[in-house]
Amino acid sequence: MTGRRHYGFWIAAAVAVALAATAALTLRNEYYFFAGYIVLQFVILASAWNILGGYCGYVNFGTGAFFGVGAYTAVLLIKSLEAPLPVQIAAAALVGGALGLGTGMLTLRLRGIFFSIATVAVAIILQTVVINWRYLGGATGVQILKPAPLAPFDNYVKMLFVIAVVLAVAAVAIARYIETSWLGRGLRAIRDNEEAAECTGVPTLKLKLIACAVSGALMSAAGAPLAMYQSFVEPASAFDLNYSVSALAMPIIGGTAHWIGPVIGAVLLGTVQQLVQVNISSEYNVMVVGVLLVVFVVGAPEGITGLAQKLWRRFGR
Amino acid sequence: MSAPLLAIERLSKSFGGFAALTEVSVAIAAGERFGLIGPNGSGKTTLINCVSGALRNDRGSIRFAGEEVSALPAYQRTRRGIARSFQIPRPFRSMTVLENLVVPLEFVVHRHSLHQADTRAEAMEILHGMGLADKADTPSSRLSQVELRKLELARAMAARPKLLISDEAMAGLSGNEVDEVLRILFKLNETGITIVMIEHIMQAVMRFSQRVICLDAGRIICEGTPESIVKDGGVQRAYLGA
Amino acid sequence: MQGVLLGCFYAAVSIGLSVAFGLLDVPHIAHPAFVVLGSYGTWLVAGRYGWDPLVSGLALTPVFFVIGVLVYRFYYETFEKRGTDTGVRGLAFFFGVAFIIEVGLIIGFGVDQRLVDAPYIGKSLELGEELRVPMRMLVAFGTALALTVLLGLYLSRTFMGRAIKAVAQDEPALRLMGANPVRVKQWAFGIATAVAAVAGALLIIVGPVEPSMDRVYIGRTFCVVVLAGLGSMSGTLVAGLILGISESIVLTLLGASWAPAVSFGLLLLVLGVRPQGLFGR
Repeated sequence: MTGRRHYGFWIAAAVAVALAATAALTLRNEYYFFAGYIVLQFVILASAWNILGGYCGYVNFGTGAFFGVGAYTAVLLIKSLEAPLPVQIAAAALVGGALGLGTGMLTLRLRGIFFSIATVAVAIILQTVVINWRYLGGATGVQILKPAPLAPFDNYVKMLFVIAVVLAVAAVAIARYIETSWLGRGLRAIRDNEEAAECTGVPTLKLKLIACAVSGALMSAAGAPLAMYQSFVEPASAFDLNYSVSALAMPIIGGTAHWIGPVIGAVLLGTVQQLVQVNISSEYNVMVVGVLLVVFVVGAPEGITGLAQKLWRRFGR
Repeated sequence: MSAPLLAIERLSKSFGGFAALTEVSVAIAAGERFGLIGPNGSGKTTLINCVSGALRNDRGSIRFAGEEVSALPAYQRTRRGIARSFQIPRPFRSMTVLENLVVPLEFVVHRHSLHQADTRAEAMEILHGMGLADKADTPSSRLSQVELRKLELARAMAARPKLLISDEAMAGLSGNEVDEVLRILFKLNETGITIVMIEHIMQAVMRFSQRVICLDAGRIICEGTPESIVKDGGVQRAYLGA
Repeated sequence: MQGVLLGCFYAAVSIGLSVAFGLLDVPHIAHPAFVVLGSYGTWLVAGRYGWDPLVSGLALTPVFFVIGVLVYRFYYETFEKRGTDTGVRGLAFFFGVAFIIEVGLIIGFGVDQRLVDAPYIGKSLELGEELRVPMRMLVAFGTALALTVLLGLYLSRTFMGRAIKAVAQDEPALRLMGANPVRVKQWAFGIATAVAAVAGALLIIVGPVEPSMDRVYIGRTFCVVVLAGLGSMSGTLVAGLILGISESIVLTLLGASWAPAVSFGLLLLVLGVRPQGLFGR
């Protein structure tokens, strides 16, 4: 994992995007695209969370805040400037990055638990701010008119699905780059022993802030298309606690050491959530996530990728 | 007489009401082998924490190679040439022995020219010098005590320091292991690195140091050659209890 | 005045955390969730047996004590003992626990608010012309005071109490004295959770309760505990008062939505200026 050129990843990524585009142009059943979009959202959120949580060891409890901020930045731009989607996403990323940076600057000099508490506070405060902001719809929410989809897509949701695939590939690529570069090694040193890292020449505060900003930016970018996806944005669902818990549970379940862990966790848990939600209820869906989180944290802390590695070592070769 | 490499002047540090260090002044010359002794709680670790940057001193100055460093964060002091090993080894547990060394190589030595450096080869060289080459790809969590101590020193050395502070690197080691670590420290000093050794093992301090100071309750109570320190009444009292 | 009463109430809610996080250094993010659990427990017991809510809360303390012991035991066996990567996992564990409690309450009781009834709820005490003090706040005030005093006395006068304080400061010394640190910590965590039950009763006496309330209280309880100085019981009361008064001031000046920001802002201020808190060691 030390910087060898891995064209394999990029080939797989290109194939994924091509497959997605083909599906969007040929499949009729819209449900797959709705569900697929949700899972992709979680791929981005889980990968983003893992950059700060898995690689660096600082736990963000407020992913929902970043996600919601992204969604509402998009709403703000739509209502004031009628900005196109790429601009919305870019702006959301900037805001999310700034939010991450700000939270980090306030708390990353302290113990990790205080950073985590700060993320809880940020989530609560931001949700309150939005609820009181009438231009953005307040507590009741705001309607967004979907513009016409760009050719060759005949359906806006299908187009969003493909865009989500691109975003997810970008997020995973960024996580992968960080993981295999000097930045990832520095973050791991910080996670393993921050004091020793500092004495070994690692600029711990700077790296933590970078990880915070990148993580926040990606989370908010994931939230930006929500406005177009749902045609309706309200604080209760945009800042949903489920985002925070899932973004944390998916990397832990999938495995935090490798970039593929959050992807596995997101796909598995996202699919399970869809099934439970449709067949049982949305509360049990959320309960499943919580229980699986605790089970994995306690029993299989290295996640599915860790278990797979252990099995490989025992039976492979 | 050239300027000292490390000049500490009237350094003071308190924790709440407790004065850990009071007006400590000492000058260490480049290339010197310097010993720091004192009973438990005398402030030795606090002193090196202030020098390395893990703590900020309340008063006084720390000049390294002519530059005032007391306001710099620890990683910048490391980049200027101050390295330390920890009393209880702190390896990066998720990394192999080799990777542990790559960290300082990437963040200190080659931080402006990463793409040109072959950090793996360089790290292997250092491991050879320490006798750890065969453990290069072992996870650092699986090393023995003496191997961990050597890794601590190796990692500190990988940053190519001008000053190495070794904090009780030999505590709890057997006679042979102590000799091994001492040999490594002598070898490092021969390449021009100034070494400050903190130890409780008196025979090691005596064999190694050219000059020694003794701390007690945050103050220097004696300074001189190893022979004179051992005979000093104050030092004997400090160790045997008042 | 309102701030003072509110402050005492916050102190009562935080005092369990003072033990769990302040003394035992457990990242117990789930403490407010246990308090809310206590509120619902009180509601159930009071509804079923018709007892006074405070009495119901007290009746729950042995149950909560046992829960606390079990939770700590589990945490210790899984995390502290093995010592690997405890930071992330410990936090994730308690976050998961808090979340499971919250969702469990939603599944069991729904999202509507619950409240209890008692002779002192709904009435106010008139102290002079302008001052009307709601009686239920006085009950909260009195209980908080009692809790702080009792816990403070327990920690300084009884053997177990002093062992708890000792284990926070010098675990090896405690071991040398023959006491088992794990059992001491377990006992302490049990007490902290039992106190959470009473705090939960107070919570539902003071106002209606709903499952998501635990999140707002994370900021408040940690603020109080850090401001007090980790491990100081009397400090908890003072810190609670400071927070209560600050929140009331902000409430009158800026409105209710900014109240959660107060606890967090205060927490940051303390950590930046005087991290050992008011009475910390």
